[in-house]
Amino acid sequence: MAPALDPMVGRYVRLEIDGIPHRIYFEEAGPEAGGGIPLVCLHTAGADNRQFRHLLADPEITRRFRVLAFDMPWHGKSTPPDGWEREEYRLTTASYTAAIRAFCRAMELDRPAVMGCSIGGRIVLNLVIEHAAEFRALIALEAADFQQPWYDTAWLHRPDVHGGEVCAALISGLIAPQSPPVSRHETLWMYMQGGPGVFKGDLYFYRVDGDLREKVKTIDTKVCPLYLLTGEYDFSCTAADTLRTAAQIPGVEVHVMKELGHFPMSENPAKFREYILPVLDRIAR
Amino acid sequence: MNPADRFARLPELLAADADLCRRGRWLDADCRVDIGAEPFYLTLRQGALADLARGPRLLRSVAFSVSGTEDAWQRHWRKVPEPGWHDLFSLTKRGAASIQGDLRPLLQNLQYFKDLLALPRRLPEAD
Repeated sequence: MAPALDPMVGRYVRLEIDGIPHRIYFEEAGPEAGGGIPLVCLHTAGADNRQFRHLLADPEITRRFRVLAFDMPWHGKSTPPDGWEREEYRLTTASYTAAIRAFCRAMELDRPAVMGCSIGGRIVLNLVIEHAAEFRALIALEAADFQQPWYDTAWLHRPDVHGGEVCAALISGLIAPQSPPVSRHETLWMYMQGGPGVFKGDLYFYRVDGDLREKVKTIDTKVCPLYLLTGEYDFSCTAADTLRTAAQIPGVEVHVMKELGHFPMSENPAKFREYILPVLDRIAR
Repeated sequence: MNPADRFARLPELLAADADLCRRGRWLDADCRVDIGAEPFYLTLRQGALADLARGPRLLRSVAFSVSGTEDAWQRHWRKVPEPGWHDLFSLTKRGAASIQGDLRPLLQNLQYFKDLLALPRRLPEAD
């Protein structure tokens, strides 16, 4: 019997981010004949590219798109840079933007579409603010210009609390109650596997460095179309947060997704598909 | 059943959930949960409820307490809760619940406590 292989392929690419060498892991899947519109996917804070495995295995998407999902430095199978043991990891707007652009350059992608979730959604807003002309379309999932914090990130990295378990337990409530238990627990498992302090370091960008409240007003969707999609059960980035952000951006397309939470692509892939396929259709047109 | 009456069923609900007891097996803690104006004192030993005391207890010491309005618990315990009422932290973020005291045992066993406090969802709806 032939092996039951998933369609995506995983590889490592060598690149420099701000002059520092990195070895970045990514997975991709696309049209059998090659080509396809490049679609780069950005995972949430403290997680990795496995969140996009259902998109990477969806022929309805990969027949038109070359889907690429990479693990951010320090996440998943992308190793941290040499000397990581001597620093505290902190993601910033500048370092996150640099990592995404470095990946797109290294992979020689021609005006890719980018879809990011949570911190990935927030940075997508920064991409459209600062580098709109480099992208074909941008999709921000669970994104807003700013969100009210709801816990102290000091709990995420300390010796008397298991980092993986507390990260997963905190974010578990952001998953919609309707999401299938198997997908819920797969989403949580990824959070349990994050490196020490990495989720906390990602949230530095989210909480301290990534306030875009004034900058979103400068977004020009005529240069690059922008789509905002937020799950109704996301109480971290609420539907109201996304709608408030959208109200400041002429030409943006915004959707509140029913029965979904903060991790639409991994917590309920079938439900998310109902919302993302029409958006991808418009981008492919 | 009003919310406090539902929470009073916690001993049987927890005893019936072998998986939750297993996940809490490292936990010993004393805490307090307020359902509206009515306090409950939980004595947890190795993940099981050794005692659940309903009503005020003078000078009773606990590690931490979780307080929520009657409305907050009632909505939290719907079979399918509405957005914004479905998680302990969605309640605290909107100001319908609060957590005080030494939060370390709570955060060390966070999924256990969230699941414990959601157990009354398994009872028939109050409304």
